[in-house]
Amino acid sequence: MSTDKSKNNKTNIIEISKLNKWYGDFHALKNIDLNVKEGEIIVVCGPSGSGKSTLIRCVNFLEKFQEGTILVSGTELTDDAQKIRKIRSEVAMVFQHFNLFPHLTIVDNLTLAPIWVHNETKLEAREKALKLLDRVGIRDQAEKYPNQLSGGQQQRVAIARSLCTSPKIMLFDEPTSALDPEMISEVLDVMVELAKEGITMICVTHEMGFARKVANRIIFMDDGQIVEENDPENFFNHAESDRLQLFLDQILTH
Amino acid sequence: MSVFDQQSTRKPPISQIGAVLWLKTNLFSSWINSLLTLASLYLLYIMIPPLLDWMIFNASFSFGTVNLFGFDIKFSEAMATNQNCGREGACWPYIYEKLYMYTYGFYPRTETWRPNIVFGLTALLFVIVPLVKHYKHKNRVTLSLIILYPLVSYVLIAGGFGLLMPVSTDQWGGLLLTLIIASVGIIVSFPIGVLLALGRQSNLKVIKLFSTLFIEFIRAVPLITILFMASFVLPLFLESGNYFDKLLRALIGIALFQAAYFAEVVRGGLQAIPRGQYEAADAIGLSYFQKNILIILPQALKISIPNIVGSSISLFKDTTLVLIIGLFDMLAMVNLTSNDPYWLGRETEGFVFVTIVMWAILYTMSRYSRKLELRFNTENTN
Ligand SMILES: Nc1ncnc2c1ncn2[C@@H]1O[C@H](COP(=O)(O)OP(=O)(O)OP(=O)(O)O)[C@@H](O)[C@H]1O
Ligand SMILES: [Mg+2]
Repeated sequence: MSTDKSKNNKTNIIEISKLNKWYGDFHALKNIDLNVKEGEIIVVCGPSGSGKSTLIRCVNFLEKFQEGTILVSGTELTDDAQKIRKIRSEVAMVFQHFNLFPHLTIVDNLTLAPIWVHNETKLEAREKALKLLDRVGIRDQAEKYPNQLSGGQQQRVAIARSLCTSPKIMLFDEPTSALDPEMISEVLDVMVELAKEGITMICVTHEMGFARKVANRIIFMDDGQIVEENDPENFFNHAESDRLQLFLDQILTH
Repeated sequence: MSVFDQQSTRKPPISQIGAVLWLKTNLFSSWINSLLTLASLYLLYIMIPPLLDWMIFNASFSFGTVNLFGFDIKFSEAMATNQNCGREGACWPYIYEKLYMYTYGFYPRTETWRPNIVFGLTALLFVIVPLVKHYKHKNRVTLSLIILYPLVSYVLIAGGFGLLMPVSTDQWGGLLLTLIIASVGIIVSFPIGVLLALGRQSNLKVIKLFSTLFIEFIRAVPLITILFMASFVLPLFLESGNYFDKLLRALIGIALFQAAYFAEVVRGGLQAIPRGQYEAADAIGLSYFQKNILIILPQALKISIPNIVGSSISLFKDTTLVLIIGLFDMLAMVNLTSNDPYWLGRETEGFVFVTIVMWAILYTMSRYSRKLELRFNTENTN
């Protein structure tokens, strides 16, 4: 297909090379190399403790790392607060536990960054926020507080909040794993829509149906390393390493 | 498919409600509890009647004139004297006579309206803050009131502007002084305390060390020591001849003291905020100050309200210590007036009176804070 070709021509929006990260003495990420092209959808999976969260949290500098480089849109991540803030406004993150601000209404949760970080007027920000809430299907909840909403609704608010600053890259850290089963699909539906719109996404998730449907590449991590990466077809049907095969056997039988 | 009848609602059985249940669960739930209840009742029985006799039944009320906030209420033409009162009961006319000093200290009698306005403003502040709760700019209104209140009060009480004649701080006293020391102490120390709490959690090592040392030093020293240091040691560091108001020195000492306590209270609140809140704030690109002011502090302060009020109440009580450095707050006034040769042996009345006033103020404060807390909580509990 032509889309594959155009993707090859696109530039790397994220370039990670020789990334090493320690928590104290614990070597959490080992020599990670990963390039992500603009508009690519990457799914990261792997057993618990393999470093998936750590990896994507390095991309928006929520975690500092000791060795290696990460370039986001050509800007290298360093300890420079100004630069980090700029990168964070391009790289949005959705958390496992939503992390909405409980003291603010839904719409105020959404307008916070546009108003304070991007200097938009309250009116503009609010209008855009309502549009986004409409898009994730909960415009009618705009004036409520987060804990008056169900888990699935809260996560959709969190996605809308991260879209408010028109990011180029979205990071998802197990966005559905804190949800009751009947709420998972409403969140995945929103993510599928986003994927179609060409935003660059890195999703840590164990929703293999989602991975199969939208991922351009799936990455398998174990023990702080990238063990295998492949397109969905080959990833699921022709696992090269035993570790991946074992992992797939475990999660697909459930 | 089965269909259920709608059940009609009814009251719980009689033994499960009202006074009977209350007595059973609170006072007589076990034999040891019953024993304690009976012992307490006995204690009250031997203490309350003599107290009431002294305060009310054997007491003298109606001699002389009482001046309440500038208005004279005349009880009788007869002068109130120690001899008019019996020895077996309280002599409240003594309080009437000294009420002015308990309330205003040595404040000029012609200028009483100025502190009266300040008392009125204080009461008004307490009434207004909850009323603006649903107003859109409630935070801005509340904050400006809290900043304006001490300024307006100062201008009124100190004077020296326009038509207001200046009244020097050594004429301030009584309840007026108590109120000034407590409110200035609380209002000034609060922002310092918040900064210290944030400082103690800071990643910047120097700031963290300074905040920690400051807090731990102050908390390890009694307020009396700090008051002594502020009033006797502080002047040693200043250029000689630089006169520095005694009240101001005490206020600085009290504000620093209270800041350390507020810092610990606020730190407790900060620690209760989940890490996810910090991460979400970081992830959307907020700066350090935006993160704290918009996300962290509103949540941390809300959970700290009971402790903030508790700490303020203890400060209010501790202000009575200023009598040690020669400031005449309400308690010091009682002490001073008890030396009056016409009223020998009447200090008990003074102390009982101050106790009642203090209790009324502090109890109101604590009820008020509970109400405030409930109001804050309604917005996001479900
Ligand atoms: N703040 C931390 N301090 C110390 N060790 C940490 C910290 N965060 C993570 N780790 C360790 O680093 C390793 C990788 O953690 P990470 O959270 O990235 O795993 P994960 O792949 O996301 O796992 P999960 O599927 O359970 O979320 C784990 O062994 C974890 O114990
Ligand atoms: Mg994780």
